[in-house]
Amino acid sequence: MRVWVPLDAAARALGADEVAEALSREFTVTRNGTRGMVWLEPLVEVERDGVRYGYGPVMPEDAASVAGAIRTGSEHPLALGPVEELPWMKAQTRLTFARVGVIDPLSVDEYEAHGGLAGLRRAISVGPEKIVDEVTESGLRGRGGAGFPTGIKWKTVAGAKAVRKYIVCNADEGDSGSFADRMLMEGDPLVLIEGMTIAGIAVGAVQGYVYIRSEYPDAIRLMQAAIVRARQAGILGQSVLGSGHAYDMEVRVGAGAYVCGEETSLLNSLEGKRGIVRAKPPIPALEGFLGRPTVVNNVISLASVPWILTHGAAEYARLGVGRSKGTIPVQLAGNVRYGGLFEVAFGMSLRQIIEEIGGGTASGRPVKAAQVGGPLGSYIPHWNFDLPFGYEELASKEGLLGHAGITVFDDTADMLKLARFAMEFCAVESCGKCTPCRIGSIRGVETIDRIAQGDETGIAILTDLCNTMKWGSLCALGGFAPFPVMSALTHFPEDFSGRREPRREAAE
Amino acid sequence: MSPDDPAMTVPAIDADFLLRLDEIIAAHKGREGPLLPILHDIQAEWGHVPEAAQPVIAEALGMTRAEVHGVVSFYHDFRDHPHGRHVLRLCRAEACQSMGAEALADEVRAALGIDWHETTPDGRLTLEPVFCLGLCACAPSAQMGDRLLGRADLAKVQKLVAEAGA
Repeated sequence: MRVWVPLDAAARALGADEVAEALSREFTVTRNGTRGMVWLEPLVEVERDGVRYGYGPVMPEDAASVAGAIRTGSEHPLALGPVEELPWMKAQTRLTFARVGVIDPLSVDEYEAHGGLAGLRRAISVGPEKIVDEVTESGLRGRGGAGFPTGIKWKTVAGAKAVRKYIVCNADEGDSGSFADRMLMEGDPLVLIEGMTIAGIAVGAVQGYVYIRSEYPDAIRLMQAAIVRARQAGILGQSVLGSGHAYDMEVRVGAGAYVCGEETSLLNSLEGKRGIVRAKPPIPALEGFLGRPTVVNNVISLASVPWILTHGAAEYARLGVGRSKGTIPVQLAGNVRYGGLFEVAFGMSLRQIIEEIGGGTASGRPVKAAQVGGPLGSYIPHWNFDLPFGYEELASKEGLLGHAGITVFDDTADMLKLARFAMEFCAVESCGKCTPCRIGSIRGVETIDRIAQGDETGIAILTDLCNTMKWGSLCALGGFAPFPVMSALTHFPEDFSGRREPRREAAE
Repeated sequence: MSPDDPAMTVPAIDADFLLRLDEIIAAHKGREGPLLPILHDIQAEWGHVPEAAQPVIAEALGMTRAEVHGVVSFYHDFRDHPHGRHVLRLCRAEACQSMGAEALADEVRAALGIDWHETTPDGRLTLEPVFCLGLCACAPSAQMGDRLLGRADLAKVQKLVAEAGA
């Protein structure tokens, strides 16, 4: 009998290590990634006759009684039944995350038994041009937030002439509310390696780097271990799976700078410089890492490629809405009852996601707003929740899909404070290269403080300042910080006026 | 804390220091973009990036001292002085805010008697803010060394601190 206890950081944060230790005294425990149902973590699974039965959330103090139930097959209040049959699992279309939570993340054999490496094998057999065509036809767009078509980027790098090209994976997932990259790297690191290897073959790059933020020590450790396993299995090296294509990769660790999630800043950081944003052009596809042609893609973009190569572009493009093709790992975070990761085709409404999938707020109070797309994403008020989840669909309401993280707030949220936080965050994290971001964010904090003191003349100044930052900043940090600020101000003006009156307390 | 606690002691700039520094530099020098890996290893070794290391790195990598200093000072992770034996990090980002991170931080600061970036007088614990640990679906969150906390509250944080002997 095999028992599974997740090693995912979220499960560990809720006591999974203690649970695993207790259960390992009696059973063979395998550490898997998380299924994404974070409210059920630590989620213990037991495999019987090929079906996996769940128990959760299993706190360390429950471990003994759960062990008893596993041993005797008796009832237990935390028993959930077959995990695959849970509504949260059944309602998903798990393509990129198909193996996350299912396999031992570092087992190449299990990876392959669950469909791994089929995409790479097909990529090798069809060759570079056809790989690029396939990725282009799939409609895959940058999952890091910018939404740029992945295939077009690859075509540019493939066509560039250079002695050396690179694949750089942006795993600097700094957006609050986002944890898809972390969950994937911890739960199925081999799929990212496979995706990057396919990219390497497609564009003629022999070296890859995964730039992981230092706040993710577990993901760093697992990616490094997976790379070693992949080399041993012949997936990486001088001849990828015996194809004659050379490709290898390594992990690089960030150093606590949010702006390094911006691709040119990331490249500078990787080169060992200050993480200052570069002006574009030149684009990284032509002059990227060390001035050479470089594919810079987000974790989820690259990890989606093996599925696309295995099943074909048409199967992927069949899913989604408008120009948002395929699936998106929606991350439900913050004040939400059922928080976690839910991979689904684009097009569900925010209301369905937050209220039906997420079950409303954790506090039980009404939802006030949700910040979609990270700290630079808009606060979408609850009355606009009928928006379909897609790049253009959200943009039509001044929203941002970003990295598909949704942070839910209940009615005690003070939107002025959140707007101030967005400006303060921008001021702290600004790389300093352009004035609108570096100075504008500081003036923004000061102006919001004036408004908080009751000086409502500040509102017009703040609006004007946001406009300057939006159009005058070099990158998305200063350019998008106005989105949370202006959305808070536009939709919740009552939080910005009458500030001399006593505020309603959160503990009401 | 005892004065010989390695985490709190600024290394003597002697032959041993330079030998270890050379080892670290040599381990990464041949890599593409070696500076960040070098700085991470230095920080792991001494708990901060000693100023005396900067000219040595600059010389080895063919950079100016100003360039190396510019990199060290740019990143939040790199410290120019040692921290306490343990570092408690509390997340202050939006998802954690939506679940009361601000109130939790107030409680923790009051309980420890220190503010952000400060170290307890006995040198055991430094409190740092962090902007997202990726634990946004079990907010608020905290981290200390290898230990992570989800759905954190004051009692859980205090237990974490006590168990680490901090």
